[in-house]
Amino acid sequence: MIAALKQKSTYTTLGGQLKYSLYCMFHPADGFWCLTRENRASVASANILLLIYVIVEILKYNVTSFQFVFKHPEYYNALFTVLSVVLPIFLWSIANWGFTTLFNGKGKLSDIYVATIYAFTPHILLNAIGIVISRVITYDEGQLYRTMLTIALIWSVMLALVAMMQIHDYTLLKAVSTSIVAILGIGFILFLFLLFFSLISDAIMYFISLYNEIVFRFY
Amino acid sequence: MKLKLRLTLVFILIFMYLFALPASAIGTKTGAGPTNYTYNFSFWGEEVAMPDAYYVSASITGHDFGIGNFNSPHGLYIRDNRIYICDTGNNRIVLIEYNDTNGTYEFIKEVGSVIINGEPSPLNAPHDIFEHRTGEIFIADTENNRVLRLDSDFNYINSILKPNDASFEDNLDFFPSKLVVDHSNRIFVQARHVNKGLMEYSLDGVFTGYMGASPVQVNIFDYFWKMIATERQREQMTLFVPTEYNNVALDHEGFVYATLSTFTGPPENADPIRRLNAVGTDILIRNGLFGFAAPFGDWYWSSSGAFSGPSRFADVVVFENDGYVCLDRRRGRLFSYDFQGNLLYVFGGVGNAEGRFLDAVALDRMGTSLFVLDNRTGAITRFDLTAYGQYINDAMNYYFIGLYNESAVLWDEVLRLNGNYDLAFIGKGRAALRNENYREAMSFYEAKYDQENYGKAFSLYRKQWIEEHIAAIIIGLVSLYVFTKILGIILKIRKRRKGKTS
Repeated sequence: MIAALKQKSTYTTLGGQLKYSLYCMFHPADGFWCLTRENRASVASANILLLIYVIVEILKYNVTSFQFVFKHPEYYNALFTVLSVVLPIFLWSIANWGFTTLFNGKGKLSDIYVATIYAFTPHILLNAIGIVISRVITYDEGQLYRTMLTIALIWSVMLALVAMMQIHDYTLLKAVSTSIVAILGIGFILFLFLLFFSLISDAIMYFISLYNEIVFRFY
Repeated sequence: MKLKLRLTLVFILIFMYLFALPASAIGTKTGAGPTNYTYNFSFWGEEVAMPDAYYVSASITGHDFGIGNFNSPHGLYIRDNRIYICDTGNNRIVLIEYNDTNGTYEFIKEVGSVIINGEPSPLNAPHDIFEHRTGEIFIADTENNRVLRLDSDFNYINSILKPNDASFEDNLDFFPSKLVVDHSNRIFVQARHVNKGLMEYSLDGVFTGYMGASPVQVNIFDYFWKMIATERQREQMTLFVPTEYNNVALDHEGFVYATLSTFTGPPENADPIRRLNAVGTDILIRNGLFGFAAPFGDWYWSSSGAFSGPSRFADVVVFENDGYVCLDRRRGRLFSYDFQGNLLYVFGGVGNAEGRFLDAVALDRMGTSLFVLDNRTGAITRFDLTAYGQYINDAMNYYFIGLYNESAVLWDEVLRLNGNYDLAFIGKGRAALRNENYREAMSFYEAKYDQENYGKAFSLYRKQWIEEHIAAIIIGLVSLYVFTKILGIILKIRKRRKGKTS
């Protein structure tokens, strides 16, 4: 089975494309280079991975032993968990695409999206394993759980960097700098959203108060 | 196109949801202002109302005894049935005795002056009084700059004066305000404007040093500015001085409890309540369950309005089970803690109603009854345990001496009256753990998010489970191994056959 994993030619079907995420985990440079250039992964497979990611995140809050993860039952909202996974990935893809197109990035928006989600494979996997492990270890052994999740995060961030390098055909320095700019861009997008919504609500309030004034005047 | 439109709509809806969320998610935390109920804090840091643990059983004023009302009294001390009141404004000490049999308070005497060398020497604004184990009485005669040592009939023995010591500044007057005498006959005096700790004297009035100065807290930024400041700038800056205590109390073991209320910054760093050992080290157990382990009063407060800022403890009283009650002068509340530092209940408040205070300054106990002295109204309010409070108190007593099962029975009673009481669940979990009902203990701990104890119960349960199922586990593993081996062999044979046929 492991021998089959190493051969890239096995990844043609949707199932194979999903399996390719495991290949990318251990062969990032090679894996991400071929990711979209040789159709090893598609938006469909990335969407499925994202769905798995969301499910794992929700399970993490609901199934993990309370020794490690807290959830305030009164305020817990699964939709919020979904957004906390999906929104950053969307924003990151858009912001990254926005900047890299200006700086000779070779990747399309869909490439960035697919590569980002594939880069988060270790995070998904280790989080899923962590859920199981958390049910059999005690509070004192919690360092194991926390270390695992930290490794997962670091691993995924490094994969994401390599993915950006390969997708856009960048050097490491350029990948890092564009990524930092992209993160700033996310902040900018959020700011615009906030401004937009607050202005919209102000405008609506204006018309409501206008209506009220008229109603009070004529009644 | 239609699908896209719908997706956009969904996206917008999600966004609206996201923006609508904070309003409902933040919820309401407690603000300032007096509350008229008993409460505690839950694991989530929310204020949880509960049945009253104490009720007002009596209110005592000077008028009741025909001796005129107390005028801004500051000191209250109780030993056995004797209630001493320092009637500061009237420059006298009033002694009242509680009669157990008919539940009345009897006026014994008032002392306005003592006879020193045949001449009467009147008291001047006494702030505190203490009766030693031997029956000797000590009075902090504040404006006369002395502490009087009297025998049990208020006959003068000697007085404790300003120390003739280099460590006490010459231009500083000696204003003793609070005092205790510990079991090894050392007098600890808290004097006004003295921030080197408690002043320690021997019984015959010899100053022996300071005890328990609170360490200076230096903010790293302040330190940085002070480093780069010039000499003249430095003179203008506030000095880093230790904060002075404002009250002292003695527990049944002879340890000194001290309160401190002039701290700045977050109260959880200030340790406003301390238990000092013989050399002045703070040995108070801060082992509380949730979040804020250190006892410091209210968890939330507003920073504006009439009652702003954190709780400011004015007095403390210690029970036989090492639990203690602190008096918050700012909001007139009484905070009851157990010996581990868990908050048991909070009650009281500012106001004119029964069980409220205008300016609560002193607190003491008679058995489990609490007496609170109000400086403004000059009245003493007596609180007695309700049945609910009695259950909690008894459960704590049993827990303190290690009888977990007996305390679990009482915790059941507590839960019957208040299903929200976290410590009752933890206490029952403790008993279940002791009885090796690990599964049950786990469920109790899980109900109240006690991770650490849950971990302990769980590790024992896991061990027990493995020991019980070891045969099944081994059989399962061996059969799995054998199964995979056989499967491998079958696959190999098949492959070989396939190879032969093709």
